[in-house]
Amino acid sequence: MVDFEVTDLPKTDHVDVGDEAPEFTRPLVGAEYWEDASLADLSAEGPLLLVFHPMDGAFPTTYVWNGLRDRGLPGRITTVGCSVSTPYEHCNLLSERGVDARLFSDPDASVGAAYGVEHDLDGMAGVTEHRIATYLIDGDRTVRYAWVASQQPEFPNYDALVAAVDDLV
Amino acid sequence: MSVADPPIILYRLQACPYCERVVRVLDDLGLEYHSRFVEPMHAERNVVKRLTGKRTVPAIVDDQTGVTMSESANIVDYLRATYGAGGES
Repeated sequence: MVDFEVTDLPKTDHVDVGDEAPEFTRPLVGAEYWEDASLADLSAEGPLLLVFHPMDGAFPTTYVWNGLRDRGLPGRITTVGCSVSTPYEHCNLLSERGVDARLFSDPDASVGAAYGVEHDLDGMAGVTEHRIATYLIDGDRTVRYAWVASQQPEFPNYDALVAAVDDLV
Repeated sequence: MSVADPPIILYRLQACPYCERVVRVLDDLGLEYHSRFVEPMHAERNVVKRLTGKRTVPAIVDDQTGVTMSESANIVDYLRATYGAGGES
């Protein structure tokens, strides 16, 4: 599909299918406010789609949210993103890109590290962020589907993700 | 939604001295609360407007008493009267 050079990302021992999704609490940004929220709080309400992505403003971030929206995923399953961007930047992403989801702010990418999806390839001093990854997590916090980018840029396998959502909800 | 579902929700703005005044009183009284941070842009604080009729913060919602209010001086008075020494415990 791509006709440009892609870069291989380092191998990662990331959280995978069947694992318990690592618990975390971070500011969760919605359309009107943000508040500390935990993964356990969210998954207690049912299955959810957790999407890690580069900082807000990067083109892959826009592409990923467009790709999820085009497939109607945020309307079918509780969908939350996670990047290093601040709550203020998340507010802009939600309003300017028409994202129908809530976004965790993980400025030091330590949630990304817990999932094995951190990314520091782009050579910005002092910045570690998240590689693109999609996780389906059920109400018991068990990972039911996992996809983690192994190249950059590389985008989620939307067909497989939609099929996994079909199975789960 | 919240981590431990404390009964008091505080709508606040980062670095807002009036909000910090309420936080100090909540802390002094040993009250559990859950913070919701709102937009700096006054016009975009519709969530607060729906609750209190105004877009100002701080604002609190106290599920225990059913009270919703804004204005830090009012909130501080309410908290001290309701939860402070000499008030209803």
